[in-house]
Amino acid sequence: MSQVRFDAVSKIFGGTPALTDLSLEVADGELLVLLGPSGCGKTTALRLLAGLEQVSSGTIHIDDADVTNMEPKDRDIAMVFQSYALYPHMSVRKNVEFPLKNAKLPAAEVAARVNEALATVSLTELADRKPGQLSGGQRQRVALARAIVRRPRVFLMDEPLSNLDATLRQQTRADIVALQRRLGVTTVYVTHDQVEAMTMGHRIAVMKGGVLQQVGKPLDLYNEPANAFVAGFLGSPGMNLVAGELRDGQIYIGGDLVGTSSVADTRDVTVGIRAENLRLADVGFSATVVVAEELGADVHVVCETATHERVVVRQAQHATVPTLGDTIALAATGQVYVFDRHTGARLS
Amino acid sequence: MSSRASLAPGGSVFRRRRDGWLGLALVLPALVIFAAFTYYPFFKNFQMGLFKAAPFPNLPSRYVGTAQFTTMLGSADFWDSVKSTAIYALITVPLGVIGGLVMAVLAHQQLRGIRIFRTIFSSSVVSSAAVAAVVFQVILSPQTGYLQTLGIHLPDITSSPTWGLPAMALVSAWQFVGLAFIILTAGLQSLPDEIMEASRVDGATAWTRLWRITFPLLSPTIFFCGVVGVIFSLQSFGQIDIMIGTSNATYTHTNVLIYAIYRLLHVSQNTGLAACYSIALFVITLLVTLIQFRLLEKRVHYAH
Ligand SMILES: Nc1ncnc2c1ncn2[C@@H]1O[C@H](COP(=O)(O)OP(=O)(O)OP(=O)(O)O)[C@@H](O)[C@H]1O
Ligand SMILES: [Mg+2]
Repeated sequence: MSQVRFDAVSKIFGGTPALTDLSLEVADGELLVLLGPSGCGKTTALRLLAGLEQVSSGTIHIDDADVTNMEPKDRDIAMVFQSYALYPHMSVRKNVEFPLKNAKLPAAEVAARVNEALATVSLTELADRKPGQLSGGQRQRVALARAIVRRPRVFLMDEPLSNLDATLRQQTRADIVALQRRLGVTTVYVTHDQVEAMTMGHRIAVMKGGVLQQVGKPLDLYNEPANAFVAGFLGSPGMNLVAGELRDGQIYIGGDLVGTSSVADTRDVTVGIRAENLRLADVGFSATVVVAEELGADVHVVCETATHERVVVRQAQHATVPTLGDTIALAATGQVYVFDRHTGARLS
Repeated sequence: MSSRASLAPGGSVFRRRRDGWLGLALVLPALVIFAAFTYYPFFKNFQMGLFKAAPFPNLPSRYVGTAQFTTMLGSADFWDSVKSTAIYALITVPLGVIGGLVMAVLAHQQLRGIRIFRTIFSSSVVSSAAVAAVVFQVILSPQTGYLQTLGIHLPDITSSPTWGLPAMALVSAWQFVGLAFIILTAGLQSLPDEIMEASRVDGATAWTRLWRITFPLLSPTIFFCGVVGVIFSLQSFGQIDIMIGTSNATYTHTNVLIYAIYRLLHVSQNTGLAACYSIALFVITLLVTLIQFRLLEKRVHYAH
């Protein structure tokens, strides 16, 4: 059993804050995804946990031990780097052996565990190759084998799939999830890809500009986003966000009524509607069709509102696709969210 | 078949030819300088080896074919010089490379004030042979040297047949260590960060990281440093001239090839034989470098 706990952790690089006041717990056996756009501090959080970077303030615990100032080698963690960071001069076997040799395990146990790890990632045949003689996907698996062979308390993975092509990424994603569930090792997984986050994580922690926005189960974040940023970041496409008004609990876009809110207030707001909750209707707010993206099973109809905001409507493939350039009316069929126009905080 | 082949050939050839002229114009100054100071003397040297200098100045020299090469190869002096040169390099290069490596690894630590040490460690590069000679005279002199005042009694290197050559090689290593330090520091700094970090996370101690990761990854740079070191040591001249000199009785023990060439040319005025020695030095440098590439390069790990 291993838990990870960040307590008010901040990291400042020469005056610029990269991570601000992060408090976060990862439960035993959980796969927690750190999700956010480029530069939001995901890697920084991971490197602080690994001990490759020193915190500016705050503490980090693994189980009950305060590891804040511990050397990486004493933390009992394994990390998969974005570039894989394989040792180019060592064979695959030597790469995987390296952490065990450092731990001074008996030779017989080293051999047994290395063989097991190589078999787990189906690399037994390539054990004597050098990393330079492997494909990207194979290198990625060596990096995984090198991590699992340790049986560490925590796995850290920094965008381990970003160098793979789309097909391989999808497959490896499933492999990593299966492996993590089987081994039950507490894992912190960094990505900027929300599909990866939704499909892999037990929970997701969404970050922006070094600040944690929301933590929760994938569907909870999807259905109950805490703010406009989380709403817009999760889902493909992300939630449509359009300037609107709240008048006594009635929600309007461009003067047209689109839904009701539990907040009986009157103010300017940002209105959020998921693409699957919009449909072409006779009455609704008006928008101009810009492009229709055929995805096979469904069609994304991209429109522009009168105030030039982008709105995407998801339609089933067999539905009639409106003509480009036409002005249409859109109505909400599901939940309509309202966010504070300035802070982005969810109002209802 | 490719779309490239369907491009109008006229245009691209024209463009290439113009680029060619521009390129030539740009390298011309360098070519002229190389021709005047490197290529011409280099080939002229071969010609000089075939002519015997007249016993008095201003008289025409005489064509003797390969006679002077035969003389050189049969002379004990020449082979003594070759042996001295070999010993000299065998002391200078390992000492310089290992010294440079130790200093580079030490200075690579992220410590406060490390820049001062980097400057100190690389300072021997900017010291001329004359400065190096004076520094070591101040340290080693049996009459007034530092070591003497510390109670360490040294033989006089200007008269000791045993210690003259190693002492000169030591000065040479001191000179080379700064360059080795700079080359190896650059090598260390270009090692991929993530690999070094991976080894820290993988539980390796600093010592293991050094031997199992840093040195193997640095091996191409260490190899390069060795090649440069050999070439450097084969050309050491200044400190021998200043500290031993041509008049001193022990010069025969520090008579490395480059110094022998100088003596033949300026003391004996024997331009023909000096040219033959120069060619011998060139051939030796070439052979040693080729052998280094053949033998050592196989053991070097180049990262991908
Ligand atoms: N060593 C460093 N020195 C200075 N600034 C840094 C350093 N490392 C990161 N930063 C800054 O900290 C911020 C967060 O960086 P971080 O690498 O954690 O982002 P990230 O979320 O991993 O982004 P990406 O998805 O692009 O990898 C960025 O603004 C970055 O420029
Ligand atoms: Mg990153």
